[in-house]
Amino acid sequence: MLHVVNKSPFEKNCLESCARLSQAGSCILLIEDGVYGALADGEACEVVQTCLEDRQVCVLGEDLQARGIEPDRIVSGVEVVDYAGFVKLAVEHPKVQSWL
Amino acid sequence: MKFAVLVNEGPYTHQASDSAFHFTKAAIEQGHRVIRVFFYHDGVNNGTRLTTPPQDDRHIANRWGELAQEHDLDLVVCVAAAQRRGVVDEDEQKRNSKDANNIADGFRISGLGQLIEAGIQADRLVTFGD
Repeated sequence: MLHVVNKSPFEKNCLESCARLSQAGSCILLIEDGVYGALADGEACEVVQTCLEDRQVCVLGEDLQARGIEPDRIVSGVEVVDYAGFVKLAVEHPKVQSWL
Repeated sequence: MKFAVLVNEGPYTHQASDSAFHFTKAAIEQGHRVIRVFFYHDGVNNGTRLTTPPQDDRHIANRWGELAQEHDLDLVVCVAAAQRRGVVDEDEQKRNSKDANNIADGFRISGLGQLIEAGIQADRLVTFGD
């Protein structure tokens, strides 16, 4: 399943809930303010690192750029994708769940 | 692959309408079919032609309308959500005796059944909201 998280971990606990409930082999995509979850020195870096053990974690590059976050500031192992990559992830996974 | 997109947030609020637009465009560019974009809750506000953003800003309603025209997209606004928020087409104007209508080009007003149908017919339903 593709999990889409669009809330900052500084604002809401969607990413934490998603990390707790998503299963091994799934993918978590961080978009919009959710990209703050990928910060290596951020609130959620440990959660993201745990997810990376058995899940894919991606972040939308356009939304990183819009927030002035350089890709070298994100947790290592998190993949940067563009909108085309977002679509590809949605194709690869049979269901898409947005954590609104 | 067949996609359906659900937009639950108004324009210029957070980012849902922008994300949904870019996702839809990217899906079409990859040769997928987007069978419907359904606007629900505050998302219905994406479908009014009366919005006038500054000239150097994106025009969200027109941008959806243009994409719809170019790719024969079905942009559906939920009727109940639209009535509550004053998004009106010609039929609704007559039915509710209003003095005007404001539905943007490319959008149509219909019921929630259209969302269910899109969810059944599409291979993926992708939700954008707040």
